[in-house]
Amino acid sequence: MVPISYYLALSAVLFGLGVVAFIFKRNIITIFMAIELMLNAVNLAFVAFSRALGQLQGQVFVFFVIVVAAAEAAVGLAIIIVIARNRGTLNVERVDSLKH
Amino acid sequence: MTPQIAVFLVLAAMAVAGAVSLILQRHPIHSALSLIVVMVSLAGLYLLLGAEFIAAVQIIVYGGAIMVLFVFVIMLLNAGEEERTNVSRMARFVGVPLGVMFLLEVAYWIARATSHLAPPAAQLVSTRDLSTLLFREYVFPFELTSFLILIALLGALVLARREDSD
Amino acid sequence: MNEFASQHPILVVALPKIVVLLLVLLTSLAYLTWFERKVVAHIQSRWGPYRVGPHGLLQPLADGVKFLFKEDVTPAGADKFVYFLAPFLSLSLAITSIAVIPFGPKEFTVFGQPTPLAITNLNIGLLVLFAITSMGVYGVALAGWSSNSKYPLLGGLRSSAQMISYELALTMSVVGVILMAGTFNLSEIVMSQQGFHWGFLPRWNLIGGPMPQLLGFLLFFTAAVAETNRAPFDLAEAESELVAGFHTEYASFKFAMFFMAEYSSMITVSCLATILFFGGWLSPFPQTAAFAWAHYIPAAAFALAGLALIFYGIRYLTMFGRVVLPVLGVVLGALALLFIRPGVTEFVQGPFWFLLKVVFFLFVYVWVRGTLPRLRYDQLMGFGWKLLLPLSILNVVITSLAIVLTQR
Repeated sequence: MVPISYYLALSAVLFGLGVVAFIFKRNIITIFMAIELMLNAVNLAFVAFSRALGQLQGQVFVFFVIVVAAAEAAVGLAIIIVIARNRGTLNVERVDSLKH
Repeated sequence: MTPQIAVFLVLAAMAVAGAVSLILQRHPIHSALSLIVVMVSLAGLYLLLGAEFIAAVQIIVYGGAIMVLFVFVIMLLNAGEEERTNVSRMARFVGVPLGVMFLLEVAYWIARATSHLAPPAAQLVSTRDLSTLLFREYVFPFELTSFLILIALLGALVLARREDSD
Repeated sequence: MNEFASQHPILVVALPKIVVLLLVLLTSLAYLTWFERKVVAHIQSRWGPYRVGPHGLLQPLADGVKFLFKEDVTPAGADKFVYFLAPFLSLSLAITSIAVIPFGPKEFTVFGQPTPLAITNLNIGLLVLFAITSMGVYGVALAGWSSNSKYPLLGGLRSSAQMISYELALTMSVVGVILMAGTFNLSEIVMSQQGFHWGFLPRWNLIGGPMPQLLGFLLFFTAAVAETNRAPFDLAEAESELVAGFHTEYASFKFAMFFMAEYSSMITVSCLATILFFGGWLSPFPQTAAFAWAHYIPAAAFALAGLALIFYGIRYLTMFGRVVLPVLGVVLGALALLFIRPGVTEFVQGPFWFLLKVVFFLFVYVWVRGTLPRLRYDQLMGFGWKLLLPLSILNVVITSLAIVLTQR
């Protein structure tokens, strides 16, 4: 059997990579994808703990996280479309009209 | 090395490679494809953990709906390659190695701190048990999520509608 | 050998099953194109393929050779990796989904290892099928995007929107069946449809259970036709508007892969409709003494087909046909003789009825294509969101009410 700690380590690595992507990427769509990656990493930890503790609650939470992610993706992508339409760019550094 | 560990290592390598590729790719479609690889390998890991239903939902909702929406929006906006702005030398040569080290260290300490959690005997969680729990104890949050989805639906409609259409 | 088989069940049992199924599937994909061209031709008062072999029976082979030897053009400015990935993704996903389909009830033994008549029998078989189908969008969307051309991009956009929309109705329309069967396992769903109303009317989900799923079936099949991008919902490749849609820029074998993926998903949908609503491998006749003759229907059908082929074949126009058709007839007759042997009769019952129903649905697919005009794009979206989805939700509500009321 695979020790649970392996899964948790993998989850931490994926979450960290999500944070790195969130900070380094400039395209707003890719930044949004980085958030999804972090949510996925957390889901993995949930399922792993649910298995380790022999309780199903962890999986129920994953279910809710997925639902919330779906809702978030719908609204977030709509916002991205509006930004692209109004500003003509997807680069987050060019959406800076409050600075000037 | 048992077969399970081999499968785990392959899936974990796929997931990490996908996540790294998400960062390195310049074009958003390639990043989206990398993220799909991560999600599919995570679904495989859920199967390995005995969570069949969650694995299927992961692929159906994340792979089949959310990421399709991303790809759709990228195609719709005809997003091109990402411009590189404001990446300093310092960040590239000092920040990245430090970040990777920090990441590995966190992973190591988490693995060490939780190594006492032994996996219980192999037992596949049935979808029936999960749904019983969901519809008995968590029925109120479950119903709330339907409101959440409704609101998200309306919000997306309002945001994406063209102002000059009516 | 038996000892080796018990130590390596995957190598000895699963692998040969996969190879055999793959060969059968690829052959039937090729002949499905022949079937479709013939049926559409006859609907339109034409003859269809006639030149290559008797009744064009070698046409699929000729098509395959043509696809292999055509020049493989890659458009300038295409995203090479994604351009190559898209057809592979389409075809492999479409073929993988066959793996969870059970073809019959009986287990057979390979070197002492009992194994079901399916590649695998999963507890979440139906969910796995939906997961694989939902990933199928990528093949189309990525093909449209990576070609770096206008028409494919429009086709890809259209079909990704269409497939997401109709997937909702597709999934919701099946919930009624899941509620009645109480499982995601495809074999168990079939077994839950056993029994007969008044001794003769089979209790298939279409007409049985607490709530007949007639509405569910109509919704399922409509949404499935849209999901597989077939006429009248084939807006992704509408010739009159988009040249050929998402695969305009594909040539040679990569085009053939899209083609095979489409036909493969047609087969999957037909299998799924059979399993969910039409009792899968269950015979439409009760297993009583009065209906004992029903056991010989497979043998009789094969014998009749063989006889017809022999009588028709010896008077065929060409010399080649005069040899091939009677030989085919003799093969069918020999199969019929095999089918009346005691052990074999029971074994072929399940697969025979299953495949008969699947062929019927494939015929309906072609029939619909030959009959109905293509929808306009706004009509398509309106139909999916404003009619199919509400009706499928209504079906779920009514079915769950019926189940609750009858369980009191």
